[in-house]
Amino acid sequence: MAKYSILSLLRNARSYHENWSRAWRSPEPKGSYDVIIIGGGGHGLATAYYLAKEHGITNVAVLEKGWLGGGNTGRNTTIVRSNYLWDESANIYEKSLKLWEGLSQDLNFNVMFSQRGVMNLAHNQHDLRDLSRRVNAIRLNGVDSEILTPAQIKALCPMINISPTARYPILGASFQRRGGTARHDAVAWGFARAADQRGVDIIQNCEVTGIRRKGGRVVGVETTRGFIASNKIGAAAAGHSGVIAAMAGLRLPLESHPLQALVSEPLKPILDTVVMSGAVHVYISQSDKGELVMGAGIDSFNSYAQRGALRTIEEMMAACIELFPFVSRLRLMRQWAGIVDTCPDASPIVGKTPIEGFYINCGWGTGGFKATPGAGWCFAHTIAHDQPHSLNRPFTLERFSTGDLIDEHGAAGVAH
Amino acid sequence: MFLIDCPWCGPRDESEFSYGGEAHIERPKTPEKLTDDEWADYLFRRTNPKGPHRERWMHASGCRRWFNVVRDTYSHEISAVYKMGVTPPDAET
Repeated sequence: MAKYSILSLLRNARSYHENWSRAWRSPEPKGSYDVIIIGGGGHGLATAYYLAKEHGITNVAVLEKGWLGGGNTGRNTTIVRSNYLWDESANIYEKSLKLWEGLSQDLNFNVMFSQRGVMNLAHNQHDLRDLSRRVNAIRLNGVDSEILTPAQIKALCPMINISPTARYPILGASFQRRGGTARHDAVAWGFARAADQRGVDIIQNCEVTGIRRKGGRVVGVETTRGFIASNKIGAAAAGHSGVIAAMAGLRLPLESHPLQALVSEPLKPILDTVVMSGAVHVYISQSDKGELVMGAGIDSFNSYAQRGALRTIEEMMAACIELFPFVSRLRLMRQWAGIVDTCPDASPIVGKTPIEGFYINCGWGTGGFKATPGAGWCFAHTIAHDQPHSLNRPFTLERFSTGDLIDEHGAAGVAH
Repeated sequence: MFLIDCPWCGPRDESEFSYGGEAHIERPKTPEKLTDDEWADYLFRRTNPKGPHRERWMHASGCRRWFNVVRDTYSHEISAVYKMGVTPPDAET
């Protein structure tokens, strides 16, 4: 498959861009694989890519029930950051951010990673002290973070309302300059193309309907395209992780909720950073197409419906208009929801299960997108070596029995 | 968005209610005898089905009373509403 470069662009320009080769194959599933990954979103595709690249395991299938990146990979607000409180989280999210920084070159695919900075607002003295504590903890872990004054926030983001009489006054913010956004579809496509080049079979429209076990270990999956054998099965199914786990007879500490987002009509450049407020449940950035991308909190009830309640986005928009009054005059173009698998401690689960050969990568809740490369990297290591890497050892299922939880509600809360 | 038929107040919009998660999770009767794994099951593990789900709701903007509901988590269709302490109807119906 052709390498993308300025030369390939010029060469294809001569044939009016009508002869580009397909970015990945569309193979028929084989009878068996060394590893099967359930879920063709960013996490599943990244896992397959790193299995091939880091561990030389190329006889791998990624099974996707719909189309690539059609789940949460295509439904998030594309924010990438690593400003988490606890050491365990700092390590795994920072690993991911470091991978992001070289990802376009590594994949030979432009994922449009833009380190435009991520700002978390403080609306009262308590918020500000809490953010200061977080910034200190984050810096001690070697991750960049700083506190901004209202004047600095206004300089970075002129449209924000910093009036002391505002409904949500802004007293300061934490700021991670290395954070930013990436093009979510490109992440799925880039990993898919790079994994395919290394021999991974990506099989779309192939839904897993059962997990076949024999004597306490997995032997393969039943799918809508027949049985496929494998001794190692990794599930990266986000909101549907509980459904997949139930096929293997497992109960997980997860609940699935809708998380909504929406975009405005396209505007000229007006916001060149990411602004988040955990207190009022808003996060906002501007896409390369000019649309403002805004996200809300989760709907309270369990749901797999990929649609949320209007009141959730009404509340979010009301808060957003207080922070950015000009937004009141914008039309909203689209609204949607993704199904997020939330964990009791707002931290993910990446590791083995009591069933031999069955691995899970789930529980990323509202914040899985930023972790895409790091999660795939750790999950690939776990599957290849049949044991977690030191980065994801604190994030295995056992922590719910030992009580060694990693409470990231403060960092995760709403805005991921 | 959907309507919930409060056993005391009648059908009202979901926004009037607050959610209490999975129903019928019983506090262990002999907590001192529970293993760590059994505690994990009680505290953290949930059924989280895609389909009929027995769950608790409270009419926060109304009578402020708790009750149980069987709601499909994919269609949001409610097939049963029943009071606390009542044996659940078959979740498959």
